[in-house]
Amino acid sequence: MPLLEVDNLTTHFHTREGVVQAVDGISFSVDRGETLAIVGESGSGKSVACYSLLKLIPQPPGEIVAGRALFEGKDLLQADKKTLQQIRGNDIAIIFQDPMTCLNPYLTVGEQLIEPLIYHHSSSRKEATQRAIEILGEVGIVEPEKRINSYPHEFSGGMRQRVMIAMALITEPKLLICDEPTTALDVTIQAQILDLVKALQLKRNIAVIFISHDLAVVAGVADKVAVMKDGLIVEQGSVDDIFYNTQHEYTKKLLASIPEGAKPGASSPGTFNPDASSIENKPLLSINGLKTHFHDYSGGWLKRNQKVIKAVDDVSLSIQPGEILGLVGESGSGKSTLGRSILQLVPVTSGSVIFDGTDLTQLSSAQMKPMRRRMQMIFQDPYASLNPRMTVFDTLAEPLLYHGLATRKTVTEQVLALMDDVGLARSAIRKYPHEFSGGQRQRIAVGRAIATKPELVIADEPVSALDVTIQAQILDLILTLVDKHHLTMLFISHDLSVVRYIADRIAVMHHGKLVETGSTESLFSAPQHEYTQKLLSAIPVADPARERERQMTLTKLIPESTSEI
Amino acid sequence: MDQPQVAAPATGGPLNGTSKNALFPRLLRQLRAQTLMYYLYTLVLRAVLSCTHEKITIFKGTMMSKHVTLKNGIEPAEEGTSLWQDAWFRLRQNTFALCGLGVILFLCIVALLTPFIAPYGYEQQNLLLGAAPPSAEHWLGTDIFGRDMLTRIMYGSRVSLMVGFIATSVALVIGVLWGTIAGYAGGRVDAVMMRLVDILYALPFMIFIVLLMVVFGRNILLLFLAIGAVEWLTMARIVRGQVLSLRRQEFVEAAVSLGLSRWTIIRRHLIPNTLGPVIVYTTLTIPSVMLLEAFLSFLGLGIQPPQSSWGLLISYGVETMEEYPWLLLFPGLTLSITLFALNFLGDGLRDALDPRASKN
Repeated sequence: MPLLEVDNLTTHFHTREGVVQAVDGISFSVDRGETLAIVGESGSGKSVACYSLLKLIPQPPGEIVAGRALFEGKDLLQADKKTLQQIRGNDIAIIFQDPMTCLNPYLTVGEQLIEPLIYHHSSSRKEATQRAIEILGEVGIVEPEKRINSYPHEFSGGMRQRVMIAMALITEPKLLICDEPTTALDVTIQAQILDLVKALQLKRNIAVIFISHDLAVVAGVADKVAVMKDGLIVEQGSVDDIFYNTQHEYTKKLLASIPEGAKPGASSPGTFNPDASSIENKPLLSINGLKTHFHDYSGGWLKRNQKVIKAVDDVSLSIQPGEILGLVGESGSGKSTLGRSILQLVPVTSGSVIFDGTDLTQLSSAQMKPMRRRMQMIFQDPYASLNPRMTVFDTLAEPLLYHGLATRKTVTEQVLALMDDVGLARSAIRKYPHEFSGGQRQRIAVGRAIATKPELVIADEPVSALDVTIQAQILDLILTLVDKHHLTMLFISHDLSVVRYIADRIAVMHHGKLVETGSTESLFSAPQHEYTQKLLSAIPVADPARERERQMTLTKLIPESTSEI
Repeated sequence: MDQPQVAAPATGGPLNGTSKNALFPRLLRQLRAQTLMYYLYTLVLRAVLSCTHEKITIFKGTMMSKHVTLKNGIEPAEEGTSLWQDAWFRLRQNTFALCGLGVILFLCIVALLTPFIAPYGYEQQNLLLGAAPPSAEHWLGTDIFGRDMLTRIMYGSRVSLMVGFIATSVALVIGVLWGTIAGYAGGRVDAVMMRLVDILYALPFMIFIVLLMVVFGRNILLLFLAIGAVEWLTMARIVRGQVLSLRRQEFVEAAVSLGLSRWTIIRRHLIPNTLGPVIVYTTLTIPSVMLLEAFLSFLGLGIQPPQSSWGLLISYGVETMEEYPWLLLFPGLTLSITLFALNFLGDGLRDALDPRASKN
């Protein structure tokens, strides 16, 4: 008998618009030592399904309408509050997506680790502390005796996720539910955390339910995969079946959306050829020795803290007209700051930004205004980058009217044309941002960026907040627009596969410095810098066989000290 | 500045003989009664709102869905809609807010026309009648000098509404601009501007009033100045807090990269997004300003008997509450109705100005 057997689980949400069938009769099972991955896009019901098992969804509006969830023979859905509390703490543990918000900032991690032990196992404080130190060591935290008294903000994102894992494992659960545990993390950290989960699972023989939107991640960790769409499991089977013997249309679509390989038609004539034009053309934008430093004023008014953060530290690069330059780096590498420094959105410390022969750093803000029309930005979060109180019309008309590119008479026509350009329905012109999905919002944002007919567009992680199928659509939209309007683009991303898909040339940033620049092909086939190599090897591939191979080599690299209890 | 001058209006009041030497106990009692009443209103209002909340939201929900289908059905209009046009459209769907607006408009019209429609003069006494309960001649009764209560409430509304709206608007304009500029400019400008607010906060209100009187003497315009001077401080703080979180949002950065001027960004992107808390705070400010006026009038700043205002009527009503309850009841009811109307209108405006309100 499997450890957990879920049968016909159905969860509804009662909203004002009617009943939403978030989970619509799904069945799956998972056994000890096994990893089941539930894959789906946002809104597919994958998280709701798992939270329903532990009754962690808000009721009302949520309601578990039907189904059975046998955990070691007991039905979780019928269990009373007290039993559930026992099970939650002891037998089933959850790791959440965002390690930044899941730890209480006012308690030391030790305090948070021993809490369940004292509560559920009525251990003494001393025993519990001892156990907490052991488990912190086990998840790979160096000097656990010292770190146990640290507060969450003293840990980095990856380390915090390790603490979360330690918290989940401290009560020796039989089932671990991981809800997108690596989505908020950098790719190199992601690889470490995935390997850690895998290693701990092997050692403790626990069952893992792994919720993810990322098929490439799943390929590496899962034994079984269930693909969810609109509250239904459309396909489930072994990981090899799903990847190599795909049955369902939706799964095929998901697999096809993963950006892989180079930009379509990169070799066809007419498109940009970096080698040829870099010799002939004058670069549209060139940056020389750019430094952007921030002062950390955390000391307060009287006691100025003189710590300087070198977000961008002596970066020089140039972009040819018509080129898409990919800028890659992990969070905190300064890539976004570089983008903002180019647009003079943050004050530059030193260096020059020469755009079409003009040094932008020397311009006053009044002189900058006509330049701003020629360079635009697409932001990461389509939810934050649109003014919630402005309709699509207002948002798109603002740059046109402000820069005198349209008159009151022609502006509606021009806005409609823009909407056609970015693939928005004309009827949506008077809607507000909240009435759109993430992908459509990003289309509005793209529309705003190209409204002034700029020459240079800086795209700051424009697709990282989107689902994989939507991501592919937006990338294709951007490529089409670049072609149509002859745009030059700096495409900032942490996702190497996205950059590989879209960029002609790639620059890699690490700790504020540019470590390597090269054409996409050469960078991927023969990375020169050590950091680039590390970054490339950490990318998960949507291919189970290759992932297994990679892990064989990686497990050997895990230091002995971390796997000792 | 000497004591008798401050106490002058009190001794000149209708209860002249009874409490000549007991200014402070009376003052305290009055303050306590006012505060208590104010909290009572708020409590009742919250209770009513929470009872009707479900109904209101469902109601709004159905209205909003109609609104959306209607909008989808029509072709895009020639000119774009502004936030305000849209807000007016949404406000019209909200019956409660419309009723509130109606009541406020009605009161304003009555206040404007009072000299022509009032049944008696505000200082017309009938000492033989004395304090009489409501009757056919005096619908709301008379006070201890035999003055008609309805007339006095009507005349009182001129002062109270004027103080309520003008002083609040002054506070609103100064507070919102000050807060937005401080929050958006940041750094030193912000520090200096907000420290100034702190200093004004720290100045005791009573001393401030006394100072004003020393410099300018008794003047109704000082009333606005005094009230405006204290009310905008909180508004500025609220708005600054909002702007601080807004200016880090990407849509503001997007506006900067579009090359918009600072003033355009403040006007189009920042202020509209601070409106929610601002409107709620404004609707709470108006009634408290009306009560503040009574307090100031009592201190000798502002209006003097035999002129009347709601606040003054209430505070005198409190004193004779046990003997002549109608002297408290009717002014109290008028103020309560105004307060309810303002709150419904405020809630309606807040929702109407937030395009997202229909979904959540």
